[in-house]
Amino acid sequence: MNDQVTISPTTLSVHLTINGRDHALEIEPRVTLLDALRDRLALTGTKKGCDQGQCGACTVHVDGQRVLACLTLAAQVEGREITTIEGLADEDGTLNAVQAAFLEQDAFQCGYCTPGQIMSAVACIREGHAGSDEEIREYMAGNLCRCGAYPNIVAAVRQAAQELRS
Amino acid sequence: MRDFSYLRAGNIEAARNAAALPGAMLLAGGTTLIDLAKCGVAEPSTVIDISHIEGLNAIDVTADRAVIGALARMSHVADNPQVKNLFPAVSEALWQAASAQLRNMATIGGNLMQRTRCPYFRDPQNFPACNKRAPGSGCSAIGGVTRGHAVLGTSEACIATYPGDLAIALVAFDAEVDLGERKLKVEDFFLAPGATAEQEHDIRPGEVITAIEIPGSAAARRSTYVKVRDRQSYEFAAASAAVGLELEGDGRTVRDIRVAFGGVATKPWRARAVEEALKGQMLDEETVRKASELAMEGAVDHGANHYKIALAPRVVVRAILKLGETA
Repeated sequence: MNDQVTISPTTLSVHLTINGRDHALEIEPRVTLLDALRDRLALTGTKKGCDQGQCGACTVHVDGQRVLACLTLAAQVEGREITTIEGLADEDGTLNAVQAAFLEQDAFQCGYCTPGQIMSAVACIREGHAGSDEEIREYMAGNLCRCGAYPNIVAAVRQAAQELRS
Repeated sequence: MRDFSYLRAGNIEAARNAAALPGAMLLAGGTTLIDLAKCGVAEPSTVIDISHIEGLNAIDVTADRAVIGALARMSHVADNPQVKNLFPAVSEALWQAASAQLRNMATIGGNLMQRTRCPYFRDPQNFPACNKRAPGSGCSAIGGVTRGHAVLGTSEACIATYPGDLAIALVAFDAEVDLGERKLKVEDFFLAPGATAEQEHDIRPGEVITAIEIPGSAAARRSTYVKVRDRQSYEFAAASAAVGLELEGDGRTVRDIRVAFGGVATKPWRARAVEEALKGQMLDEETVRKASELAMEGAVDHGANHYKIALAPRVVVRAILKLGETA
């Protein structure tokens, strides 16, 4: 690319790689990754809670790192690997260890925050920040649960972390 | 959120050129800019995405100094083993800030450009008066709900608290911000509101933060960041302190000490009066308590934030005594 700066017209052509699949979109520059996922790509597993970076419901992975889709512009993550809750289970439907642990520990009530909790927990364990209940609480603090399922969420993360270690 | 045009800068020169355009704002992690655009506070006509620029995220730490690229993520700096070892207060300030997701997004350069969390500043629809947003319009916080507002460095124009954690540690250890053409002490990069509350940083159109540099020191090696807040995690400081300590060979007399406050002032607040009062003194609780009170000289409260005047010195005492115990 010779141009040092790419100037956008009113809409942008953006190519996103989500759960291993390529998607081409025509979007306004202001469209967030969250809105692109939900409204344009029908990937509604990623939830819109506060839409202001405060609740964690929209947590997805970009290049393996957990981030908030509501504060990420879709245009910004072109060329990055995006993983959403839809991309977590195996092709044959076998659940990720964290998904299975959430079911087993009943780590939800209404379930709205759950996709964000699970995406956050997968990364939390991978980062090595699930060594104790205290550490799990600290490093899961960015995911709020208004039903207050926190004790069960901590139990699920603890269980999945143990399973993945062994 | 008002629409804007989007430019992706391929290198730092392109970023500087684009940053000089009227109405242009830089986008790195997005955790401040996109948030404020949604609040209607930031209304960029052009957003310049600098997050794809390569080579600006290096973390280079020696005993002499740490050089941290502007695009290094908060989480990476917090977890860096050499930062933990040689600049523990920096790591602690970072991991106690925001949430894991936000720390994965937010960059070090962007962190310095973080805006205040003053609820009046963030709500233009309900509170049109804000000297930070609209110079001369007044201050809705004065006479309003002030529990989170500053007691140091305020003016009649603005009492908004500087919300960040990292910069408190940077100011304590004389860090500099690299703007390309010039380097500034982080302490001077942040501006108290005075009569120009809209001017929070000494940065000019076309300037881009490329790195921060932190000089190594014995005090930086033996340092901590103590943050007291309404919730245990994922909350801004009610009061915080970055403290570094170097003792004489006797293990009790203070050779060098650094003290800076967060959560109580309009900018990252170095407490030199406390440092001077403690240098050459024996480290005992009574001496530390008396010295820490000096930090609050000239403090002005607005009712509901009065508690900060009592709280902040106690946070410093806790931080200093904690360091003293880890001899």
